[in-house]
Amino acid sequence: MAEFFQMGGYAAFVWPSYGLCALVLWLNWYVPRKQHDKELRQLKRRHKAERQ
Amino acid sequence: MFLWFHKLGSPPHFYRIAGKWIPWLTWIFLILVAAGLYGGLILAPPDYQQGESYRIIFVHVPSAWMSMFIYVTMAFCAVVIIVWRMKLAEVVLISSAPIGASFTFLALVTGSLWGKPMWGTYWVWDARLTSELILLFLYLGVIGLHNAIEDKRVAARAVAILALVGVVNIPIIHYSVEWWHSLHQGASLTKFDKPSMPPSMYIPILIMALAFQFYYALTLFHKCRVELLQRERNSKWVKEL
Repeated sequence: MAEFFQMGGYAAFVWPSYGLCALVLWLNWYVPRKQHDKELRQLKRRHKAERQ
Repeated sequence: MFLWFHKLGSPPHFYRIAGKWIPWLTWIFLILVAAGLYGGLILAPPDYQQGESYRIIFVHVPSAWMSMFIYVTMAFCAVVIIVWRMKLAEVVLISSAPIGASFTFLALVTGSLWGKPMWGTYWVWDARLTSELILLFLYLGVIGLHNAIEDKRVAARAVAILALVGVVNIPIIHYSVEWWHSLHQGASLTKFDKPSMPPSMYIPILIMALAFQFYYALTLFHKCRVELLQRERNSKWVKEL
């Protein structure tokens, strides 16, 4: 197991590559989801205000 | 067929369909990534020259392919925008740009992390690396230009022209390793004769590439839904949500 994480001495290059990919892919997924929810909430609020 | 296409192009319909597809695309992406990582990090043998460092390939090559694929998709949207002024193409083009920029960034960074132990340097100004960096600037240019113009429809037309002009860079990236002397290795998979690596190495690359395609589709749908809500704020279908 430890051998796997050492990546034959290249751990400092292999794991940052994978970690950065995971981070960037996660951000591109997470941010628009949050934006979408926020946008819907704003629309609902505005819509309510308009009706009153 | 034309009717189906026409219907898909209508914002409320696309908004709904995208919402329905997202969970499926996400699951397929996760399964493919799990398979690709297992194949790449565990099953594939170490390279006889590069040892374990070559395992960066399983994220580097698919990212680089996606960086070009997404740009070509944007150029295709640009043609649709210029010729037919289709709204959905505008939404797809501008929503694709940050995803494409992300993959270009990843291709550059993972490449430099691979370059350091193998070439002895993080960066060289050679044709492949430089043309990929230009691709990143093209993506950033598209995003910047779009943000600089208030009217979204005018912005989309301006961005379409930029995206279309920039597409000349794509064949330059692909052939850069043949046209110029480069530190970067030549194509190992996208050539007509046999791939220059064993199946245990190239199958995980192909699985990861497929996974990234699904990832592009699902994040594109997420981003398009946000863009559609913002653009169509005052239309009837948004008020009915």
